[in-house]
Parts: sequence; structure tokens; C-alpha cells
Amino acid sequence: MEGSTAVDKRQREEVEDVVVRFAGDSGDGVQITGGQFTLTTALAGNDLATFPDFPAEIRAPTGTTFGVSSFQIHFGSREIRTAGDQPDVLVAFNPAALKVHLKDVPKGGMIIADTGAFTDRNLKKAGFTTNPIEDNSLEGYRVLAIDITKNTLEAVKQFGLSQKEAVRCKNMWALGLVYWLYDRDRKQTGDWLTGRYGKRPEIANSNIAAMNAGHAYGETTELSGEQSYRVQPAKIKSGLYRTVTGIEGLAYGLVQGTQAADLPMTFAGYPITPASALLHTLSRLKAFDVVTFQAEDEIAACGAALGASYAGNLGVTASSGPGIALKMEAIGLAIGVELPLVIVNVQRAGPSTGMPTKTEQSDLYQSVYGRNADAPLAVVAARSPSDCFYTAIEAVRIATTFMTPVILLADGYMANASEPWEIPDVDTLPKFPVKFHTEKEGFHPFLRDDKTLARVWAKPGTPDLQHRIGGIEKNYNSGDISYEADNHQKMTDVRKNKIDGIANFIPEQEVEIGQAGGEIAVVGWGSTFGPISRAVTNMRAQGKDVSQIHLRHIWPMPKNLGALLKSYKKVIVPEMNTGQLITVLRDRYMVDCIGLNKVSGQPFKITEIEDGIRKQLG
Amino acid sequence: MNVATPPAKLQAKDYASDQEVRWCPGCGDYAIVRAMQVTMAELQADPSKTVFISGIGCAARFPYYMATYGFHTIHGRAAAIATGAKIANPELDIWVVGGDGDSLSIGGNHLLHVLRRNVNLQYLLFNNEIYGLTKGQYSPTSRVGTKSPSTPVGSVDNPVSPTLFALGCGARFVARGVDTNQKHLPEVFKRARSHIGASFVEIFQNCIVYNDGVYDYFTEKDAVADNQIMVEHGKPLLYGKDKQKGLRVKPGHFEIESVTIGENGITEADVLVHDETNKMLATMLCAMQPPALPMAIGVIYCNPGPTYDEGLAAQVTEAKRAGAKPSLNELLRKGPTWTIE
Ligand code: SF4
Repeated sequence: MEGSTAVDKRQREEVEDVVVRFAGDSGDGVQITGGQFTLTTALAGNDLATFPDFPAEIRAPTGTTFGVSSFQIHFGSREIRTAGDQPDVLVAFNPAALKVHLKDVPKGGMIIADTGAFTDRNLKKAGFTTNPIEDNSLEGYRVLAIDITKNTLEAVKQFGLSQKEAVRCKNMWALGLVYWLYDRDRKQTGDWLTGRYGKRPEIANSNIAAMNAGHAYGETTELSGEQSYRVQPAKIKSGLYRTVTGIEGLAYGLVQGTQAADLPMTFAGYPITPASALLHTLSRLKAFDVVTFQAEDEIAACGAALGASYAGNLGVTASSGPGIALKMEAIGLAIGVELPLVIVNVQRAGPSTGMPTKTEQSDLYQSVYGRNADAPLAVVAARSPSDCFYTAIEAVRIATTFMTPVILLADGYMANASEPWEIPDVDTLPKFPVKFHTEKEGFHPFLRDDKTLARVWAKPGTPDLQHRIGGIEKNYNSGDISYEADNHQKMTDVRKNKIDGIANFIPEQEVEIGQAGGEIAVVGWGSTFGPISRAVTNMRAQGKDVSQIHLRHIWPMPKNLGALLKSYKKVIVPEMNTGQLITVLRDRYMVDCIGLNKVSGQPFKITEIEDGIRKQLG
Repeated sequence: MNVATPPAKLQAKDYASDQEVRWCPGCGDYAIVRAMQVTMAELQADPSKTVFISGIGCAARFPYYMATYGFHTIHGRAAAIATGAKIANPELDIWVVGGDGDSLSIGGNHLLHVLRRNVNLQYLLFNNEIYGLTKGQYSPTSRVGTKSPSTPVGSVDNPVSPTLFALGCGARFVARGVDTNQKHLPEVFKRARSHIGASFVEIFQNCIVYNDGVYDYFTEKDAVADNQIMVEHGKPLLYGKDKQKGLRVKPGHFEIESVTIGENGITEADVLVHDETNKMLATMLCAMQPPALPMAIGVIYCNPGPTYDEGLAAQVTEAKRAGAKPSLNELLRKGPTWTIE
């Protein structure tokens, strides 16, 4: 083992940023370990980004490569924008985890492997013919081969757990070791364990003992010659922070949006990965005038949300690509009857079932174009877990101001990932209360606001405003059904003009990094924000004229976007699809953009974007 | 002392909208909408709190003709949309209207769940055993052998019984009516509305254009007496011109048979008394088919239970009661937070 002969107790080395990846069986508690490391790291004042990656199977056979679950965290004393390209440290709880993730670890990187799990049987299941720890295949890496299982059993012996329960504590042993490696405080995790296992203190105590033993192992015993590190707190804007996942951001944003609109929320969903978590989160927020409804299918979920909007609440539904496809007819009805509706799409790799637990941003066509007939609606996209909060508010604002369905695009990556979030004071956020129509004089259901072109919202229960609406074309001047040719033209036009006109009520497109005009603009949307932003920053540090533009409003687009794009010599569009935004941009503005596309179910690496930019710099 | 002038009593015609009715002349739907307007007047229903929600099909045009709130939606999905509306505002009195294709083919799943959940609304299924609006294809309630544009030599698949389906889904109110029976239909509608929970009503509706006379075998003047039985809770199950026929459990068998009072020593005491809370009896009544047994009309099953919308509303009330007015600011600051100076 390289460097294993050194014995001096070394000083902690200061490092700017680190990427740690935990990997093991679904049952190894990898996600919990990652979650705890995240919280502790946030409390230590580092900036961070995470990437939890799950297998599709709930309990895949143990020890198999397809059952490997992983959690990566990137943290540092500088601004962190992605979960990191390559892990500096890989914690492999079994051979399968090593098999799957070794290729991502650069030479010189550290591998912590639980030798107790490297049994012949597990090695075989992972597809190793010889033990990689014992043959030379890990040469060039810093390998800490420790029998974590045995050490854990030893540490928890006194608490009298069953063998199975005792082995389960090994994730905390490993976490303790990594805490030592990066000089982290164990208190937060200790408190959390005590709270979580309140009814079974022996389990809490065992886990805490395992964590302490892992820490002590690093500090006092065999590893005293290993290098350990310190990551100073990041210089982050002052304020009060918490961590937030994309799902939490969406849920809280929808609550804030409906409160700003002064409406109760009816959320209707149907279980689907990875969108279900939104249903779970909102179902606990009933006190905020939120009713959640688990419908019989995706169609019913969208139908019920629309029915709720019809009755005067804000209807919200959520799903992922295949579910959104099923909802589309009801969305068409919402467009026809001009009722507000928010449809959240937590995108995943497709087509069809595709790879439900892997991320992609390939539903942009579906959102902008994917309906029968001329059926325009508004589309907005979130860029990060915390941005989900603000994008959800914007979706509610557009839906209620313009009486239209709005599709909100998120993706599996940002839904599960977490980042530090400066908690806003929601009382200072803008309000946009809905005014229901109550005036009998001159009423018909398709009376419009001159500026927004939104129709009036007269909800059932309002005296004297009884009326009928439906999917059949409506007379422009009365709302009655009409098959008249000119009227259909007029109604189609007004529906289109209303959506196009939203552009007058959204902010102009800003340049994220760099300036308007110049050599290259990198234009993105959604969760590619992090890697693009870091890549552009890096290129600019090297003196290259590269700017970043990131869209929240996908449809309609900001008014100045066309001119802005034309002010650059080249426009590069990185997307986790085969080129969907690029089609829309070319179609709208006749700008010849250059695609940079990746559809592997994994987020972009910073280097991939840098390479793409470099190629265009010539 | 001020005496408030009572609001003018609403007449049946006050519940008719100003829209031109577009059903074929002679269609059974006219009779049903008329019976509904009569029902509304008898109930003095508040038009501003009454909502008709429909899917697609001839029957689904119904909301346009009522001077209440109305929502003509998409094929098969009315039950789901109505569920959302009821959850959002439990004060609304919601009636869902659908045909046999709308309710049992494309919308079968939603009908199943609105009944199972027991959402407090009325579901009216206009059964004409045919697709009318798409010009006459056979439907999921068409009998085997139905010739139609899509089955020129006759359909081969078995029809579904709407009422048996409803009972199987867990419906707690199941009734039947006949379009032309203008005296009886409003009574059924009133019972459906007063029932708290999902009320399912099958209405035998004649499609004069594509399936004319399909119910003549029990609705024709001469056929009514011997082929229909009006069931009423607590009353003996008697029918026939002079109520001389009755239904009883066939001795030694778990089935219903028709008997004639005065024959073979049968007296009225042998005849079953209708118990609308008995699901087993309801199931047997719904399965009856002329000529062997009469078609059961009226409230066949009524056994109220907890409703979905009440249960849901109670959870929201409970959640709100637990704390003072909830603050999102507080929620966002719950759990681990840290301050950057
Ligand atoms: S097609 Fe049949 S059901 Fe439809 S309106 Fe005409 S008669 Fe009535």
C-alpha cells in the first residue's frame, strides 16, 4: 500500500474543495450516511452540492452491481456549483460498489473499502475473479482496506444488538472515519441518531458508538500516518441558511405561491418515480390550506387538479414524462377553458419507462409542443434545488394571472440533490392575490382583461354567475358553444396572443456570468446550471471571452433573448437531451446554435462543458 | 318589524338554460333533463351552488341545458374532475352525467374510484347501450349480437351491468330509473341527492336514432306491469297488473323466483320485503332480467357510510387546529439551520 510506511502524526492539510462518494448496497444506509455528512458539512460553514444516485430496484439482490446506491457530496471553502466531477474519496461498502465506481476515481484518489464485505461470494457477485484489494489493480490509489464490519461489531458489542442490527451500524463507523478525515464535528449526527431511534436507545447508542469508533480509528490507531484534511468555511453571503432538496424547494414554493395568490391548494398526484416525493411532502403541509389527493391514475390526478381549479382552488399536479403524457388531454382542456393549473414535471431518462431513477432534461419538446391542436401554455424551468422554490412561485403567478396551465420543469437530479439555501423572509416576497369575478352586470365567462388577455375567473358558488364552460369552442363574445369559422380563428389567436403576451410580464433575460456580446455564450436551462456556471467561470479565469445565459422562462421566452443571442459570435447549448432547446431557439430566432449533448442519465461534468467550449474557441 | 320578502319560488323552467338543445328530436335525454329541472324546482335547489359535470357523448351535453354551473369536460374523466371540484369546495352540490361508453368504457376506472371513495356527489349514467355521438357503434352495455357499424355481423363480447358494477365498486347508493317515467324519475333524483356519499343512478335512455326500442321489452305500455318492479324500502316486492306477482327466495336455493299470490298456496307473507340496506338482496335485484324476472326500478341499495370529502376535510381541519395560524417562515426555519456572519 502506497505511503503506508509513514508513521509520523501529520498536520492536517488545508484543501479548497473535496468530493466524497459513499457507495454500497441499497441496504447499507448510503443515503442516510450522505445526508448526515451533508448536514454536518453545511453546519461547518462549507458550500456544498450533493448527488444521490439510486438503483431503480427497491431491494435489488445484495452484492450486485445493479443494486449499488451512491451519494456524492462536493464541499469546499469556495463557491460550489456542482456535485463534483470525480471523487477524491470513495467509500466502498462492498466489491460491487468498487466495481461500479472505481472508474470515476482519479489515480491518487483515496479508496476506503470494507474488507469484511470482500468475501469470495461478494467478489463473484460483483464480477471480480480475484480480490482487487489483494491483486495489483488498485495500484496508484491510496487504499484504506479496513475490516469495517468487524470493527463495527466490536464497537457495538456491549449494546446487545442482533448480528444483523449490529452490522447495519457499519455506515456510521465509516462516517466517523470520514468525519475524522475532514475534521468534522460529530455532535449533529449524534443528536440526530438519538432522535431517530428515540424508542430504541440501544440502536442509537450502537450507531453513535460505531461512529465514535470509526473516528477514533482514524485519530489514534492504524491511520495515524495518513494525511487528514481541513476545509475552511466558505465565504458565503451572510444570512440564515438551511439545506434544501429540489422536492422541498418545489413544495415550499407551491405553498408560498398559493399563499401569495390567496388561494387554497389542491394537489393531485399518482405515484411515480421521482415525482412522488412531492406528494409525500405536500401531504404533510395540510395546515397551509393544502389538500392532497392520491388519484387512481395520472389522468385522474390532472383531472382532479383541474376540477379543483374550476371550483376556485389552485389545482396542482406532478409527475414525470410518461405520466405527463397521460395528463396531456386534460391539460388541453385547461387551455381550452382557460383555467389555472400547475403541472410539475420531474424529468427522468426516457422514452417510456427509460431509467426512472436517472436524470435527463428531455421533456422540453413535450412541454412546449406536445399537445394536439394549437394549444399554447407557459413553461418554466428550475435550475437548482433552491431555485425550485422561486420557480414554483413564478409558475403559480403565471397560472393565476393569465388563467393558464403552466408546466414547471425540474429533473430527478435536482429533486433529490441538496444545497445550502439562504432562507428567505417570505413576508417580503411579492403577493399577487386572485380577484374572483362577482359582478353580474355584463358577465360572461370569457370576458377578458385588456392587458393580460386573461379571462375572468367566476367560481361555482358565486350568486347569479351561473354559466357553462367546456372543451367545445366558445363564442368570443358570450362564452356559449360556437362552431363558427371566424370565431374559432379569433379564439385560437387570442389563446396564442395571451401566452405570447406573458413575455411582457416577465423579467428580461440577464447574462449570468460575463457580458452581452462577445465571443461565446453558453445557453442552458434546468440543472445544467451548476456545471455550466463553473465551466464558464474557469474559462474566464483563463482569459477566454465566454458568457453564461440560463433560462427560467422556456415559453414564452424573454423579449430580449433573440437580440441577446445574436450579440455573440457563437452560442453553445449544453443539454441533457439530443438538442431540444436548440430547436426552439433556432425556430424562434434563426440563431445557429451549437449543441453539446449528453444523455447518459448522469449530469454533465464540468470538464465536458469546458471541452465543448474549448473546441469552439478553436 | 321588517318582514323579508321571500325570494320568488323557482319553477322548473327557471332551471333551464337559454341554450338551444341539440339532441335528436325524440331522444330520451329530453325527458331526463326535464325530470331534472322538475327535481331542482321541487328541491328549490340553489342554482349557484349546483354544478353539473360531464364527459363526452350525447348525455354529456346535459350541463349546457341547465341554468346552473356546468363543466363539459373530456371523455371518461368527469368523475375525476368532479372529485377535484368536490374536494376543493365541499359546499357544491355536484352531479356527474355520463353515457355508457363514457362511464364504463373510457371512464370505467374513474367511475370505479369515485364510487369506492364514496365522494359525496350524484353520478347519473344514461344507458342507451350504444355510442350515439360517434354514430352508432356498439358499447360496453350492448347485448351480444348487437349489429353496429363496427360490428356488422354482431358483437361478440359480453356486456357489463352498470348497477352490478357499481355495487362491486362499493357504491352505497344504487338506483334505476326510466327516461320516460316522468313521475318516478324526480323521486329517484331526490333520493340520490339526499343520500350523503356517491349516489349512482342508471337511467334507461332510449336512443331513437341508433338503438330505438332497445328497452321496449320492459318499458312498453303492455310490458311494464309484468316486466318492471318498482322497489321501495320496507314494502313487499310485488308487481304485475294487480300486484298479484311477487318475488321470494326459491326454497332450497340461493336465488330469487317470481311467484303468483294465490297460486300453490302462496300468500303475501311469502313475498320478500325490500330492504335497501341489504347488499346481497340488492345484488340479486340488479341481476334480474325479464322475462324470467322483472327489471328492478327505484332505489335498490342505500346504505350510507363515511365519505371521502368529509374524511379529507376533517384531516385539514385537524391539521389547522393543531397549531396556530401556520407560518411558512417558521416551517422553513424548522430543523437544522446555521448563520453565516
Ligand atoms: S344519437 Fe341517440 S342518444 Fe344521441 S342525441 Fe340522438 S337520439 Fe339521443
